[in-house]
Amino acid sequence: MTAPLLDVQNLTTSFRRDGAWREVVHGVSFTVNPRETVALVGESGSGKSVSALSLMRLTPRDSSRSGGRALFEGRDLLALPEAEMRKVRGDAIAMVFQEPMTSLNPVLTIGFQIAEGLMLHRGLTRDAAEAEAVRLLDRVRIPAARSRLHDYPHRFSGGMRQRVVIAMALACRPKLLIADEPTTALDVTVQAQILDLLKSLQDQEGMAVLFITHDMGVVAEIADRTVVMRHGRAVEAGDTAAIFRGAEHPYTRALLSSVPRLGSMAGEPRPLRFPIVSTTTGAVDVPPALPDTLKPADRPLLQVSGLTTRFDIRGGLFGRTRGRVHAVENVSFDLRAGETLSLVGESGCGKSTTGRSVLRLIEPAAGSVLLDGEDVLKLGPAALRERRKGMQMIFQDPFASLDPRMTVGKAIAEPILLNRLGNRAEARERTADLLARVGLSPDMAGRFPHEFSGGQRQRVCIARALAVRPRLIVADESVSALDVSVKAQVVNLMLELQASLGLAFLFISHDMAVVERVSHRVAVMYLGEIVEMGPRAAIFGAPQHPYTRRLLAAVPVPDPARRGARAALSVDEIRNPIRALDYLPPERRYREVSPGHVVQVWGEDWEPARPAAA
Amino acid sequence: MAGSTPASPSVDLTVAGDPAFLGLDPSPASAGSHLVSDGTAALAAAYPALAAAVPDAPAVDRRRSGAGEVWFRFSRHRLALASVFVLAALVLGVVLGPVLWPTAIDDIDFSAMLQGPSAAHPFGTDDLGQDLLARMIYGGRISLAVGVAAMLVATVVGLTVGSLAGMSRGALGPLLMWVTDLFLALPQLPLLLLLIYLFRDALKRVFGVEGGVFVMIVLVIGGLGWMPVARLVRAQFLSLREKEFVEAARSQGGTTLHLVLRHILPNALGPVIVAGTIEVSSAIIAESTLSFLGLGFPPDIPTWGRILFDAKDHLDTATHWALFPGLAIFLTVLSINFIGDGLRDALDARRVV
Repeated sequence: MTAPLLDVQNLTTSFRRDGAWREVVHGVSFTVNPRETVALVGESGSGKSVSALSLMRLTPRDSSRSGGRALFEGRDLLALPEAEMRKVRGDAIAMVFQEPMTSLNPVLTIGFQIAEGLMLHRGLTRDAAEAEAVRLLDRVRIPAARSRLHDYPHRFSGGMRQRVVIAMALACRPKLLIADEPTTALDVTVQAQILDLLKSLQDQEGMAVLFITHDMGVVAEIADRTVVMRHGRAVEAGDTAAIFRGAEHPYTRALLSSVPRLGSMAGEPRPLRFPIVSTTTGAVDVPPALPDTLKPADRPLLQVSGLTTRFDIRGGLFGRTRGRVHAVENVSFDLRAGETLSLVGESGCGKSTTGRSVLRLIEPAAGSVLLDGEDVLKLGPAALRERRKGMQMIFQDPFASLDPRMTVGKAIAEPILLNRLGNRAEARERTADLLARVGLSPDMAGRFPHEFSGGQRQRVCIARALAVRPRLIVADESVSALDVSVKAQVVNLMLELQASLGLAFLFISHDMAVVERVSHRVAVMYLGEIVEMGPRAAIFGAPQHPYTRRLLAAVPVPDPARRGARAALSVDEIRNPIRALDYLPPERRYREVSPGHVVQVWGEDWEPARPAAA
Repeated sequence: MAGSTPASPSVDLTVAGDPAFLGLDPSPASAGSHLVSDGTAALAAAYPALAAAVPDAPAVDRRRSGAGEVWFRFSRHRLALASVFVLAALVLGVVLGPVLWPTAIDDIDFSAMLQGPSAAHPFGTDDLGQDLLARMIYGGRISLAVGVAAMLVATVVGLTVGSLAGMSRGALGPLLMWVTDLFLALPQLPLLLLLIYLFRDALKRVFGVEGGVFVMIVLVIGGLGWMPVARLVRAQFLSLREKEFVEAARSQGGTTLHLVLRHILPNALGPVIVAGTIEVSSAIIAESTLSFLGLGFPPDIPTWGRILFDAKDHLDTATHWALFPGLAIFLTVLSINFIGDGLRDALDARRVV
């Protein structure tokens, strides 16, 4: 077959807002051939999801309209009557959404939800549909599919749920699967599993995939052809390998250059800023090397030893404690002024809890946190408030961490006034100063958080954290929610601030490529424990622990040439940190592989995973 | 930062501050990806250089002081604005009414019983020939005062109980909620009877006949109306206290009191305002019920509810008798509800008006 399966010509989509139509997709054209994977890639607001929703006619009917043509097997999807379109949806074209937590109905069993589509589109009986559902769950490699058919979605992990969603999408053997950021909400190892699964299913079923993502690494991993979108326009389209080899458009080049690449830091002694490529001219700005921020003779600014945090799980009639989440278990590390220590690991590994326990936003159960030699965990409330000036936090979601009813100027001035570091006039002056420092204009102080873009909000959060002149900043996934190019800028800002102010960062992240860029040292966490810690070069160059290796192997590499070079990943799930009340954590031993590089001695339970991770 | 970033003059920076554009996102995106819903707002963020050197966005033009901004936003809510005028007219009417319409409320005239509206009696008369307009003016003072005062009592008690329960991590929270449930489960009318028989005489001695009944009714209605507010506030607090901006303020050294007053309470007020306006209307109606049962104000003191209940036996022959107090209650309740809506929107900086 040479005719494209889907031929989108000059697609435009407008939304009505306050009576005026506003076009957000301006004439996008692309084709998807049978059995082909096409990636629509772009940053938030580029119109990639809206384009896909318009194709499925899932945009709100009263307040949106689409123009152009979208020929699917010769029929124009945009002109089909609604009844015909309903038959196409979920049958010939299926969709997978980003959030596996919300795309399944929590009050229906997964078996019913998969069977639903089959009964609707294929007219199968209940029994036949359920038998087919079991087959589909097997296809997406859900263990013990038959027995799990009548389970509710909450009994599955995020990765498993996404498999169920994919099984639902595959139920009617669609010719085209539209996957809208299907792996964005998942951990890297789970993301790698889902991508593998999608690829093999595509080969078996012979379907085409329209893959929407913001992640160039994922694009390199999966797409045959790529369409780069920006501002609702397709700025560049072509063979994925060709785009990665030599992109034509400056924006594509800018996008590619700001994608952190694992392994790009080999041989660099210190953290390095991201190069910034102009989106209009394509001119590259190579970052000058940062000065050495470490003074080796210093006593560590922060010394954490034996930190343990547990959460009680209550249940039953009288709220008895029935179990405990061992979120952080006997974690020790130290951090010097001007140094960045990264805590990496997947969701649920306790890295955020560690950061919050250090600031005592969560009360740890045991251990000590010495800030400048003083134990933060033993301070009374007033002394703690006083000492918190020395350590501040930058949160993951800049929007959630700013009070929506407070102007950013007030938000930044608040810690100054709270800690009586100055009167109102001084606070105003310092606010203007801080805004300028983080690259914003001082007269933005009167605006509310919702009037800023994501990257600007994170700058505001950084300014607020700097207001009390802290020496330690806990950055909890601070750049994870940002678009790649913005992420690069915020990382650059943090590095510059470290160089000029001598800040110590506890950088909590799941993104290995960013971590490689910013860290002096790296600690890998798994199930609440540090399994490996050492200088950045040692962790990335010579990882020892099987989990570290697995983590590094799962990171998508933004280089189509290296596709498939990776070994197959196991379908292992991260184990559960919930323990019985009488659980005694095993004694852990660490061995030093090279100066400063320690690794936990692992037991037999890691051995089976080893060949897969190698 | 700015030094290392090449300028990109062609990027359309105005998007960053254009509220209409920012407000665009939810409808299409709710069906699909989070990235777009967060992201359309962050469209401008997609460009390097932008965050570093954003010049003044047009949004700056309409920046006002805090109170001015709230008034600007409130005045964009047309129904709320109209309601302010309606309510103001009602309040002015009952306050200035006796001056403009100096007819006695107890001027019995058997020659003019159950008359419809006329020049002598604009709202007609009741079965004793008393002038309804004068009685409405007098009754309106009591009804409005009872409604507002009872709302204040209910809201203050509800806010206190709700925020204590919402902030407590120990035994206090469940305890307060048990008390709330207990109050919700109480049979209210028998309780009202009991309270009124117990305390009426004592209060009358202290505050006088009318004052005593007023204080009693306000306390009884407010004291039995705070539970929904408390539950609302607690629910809001439970979710707000875990929000990152609260945690951020805590990590900057804010005391619990500061967190509650500056961050949690202002964000919890929206639903409370709406609940408060509903409380005003239900208090006006509850007062009517009490008057009807003979437990409120003495029968010779007219309130809107009392007039309405007196009128019920003559609905077929003297419709006007029920119509005017009914209309007054209706207009009051409706306008207060709209004002509540407008206030909620005006106080919410995120909402685009």
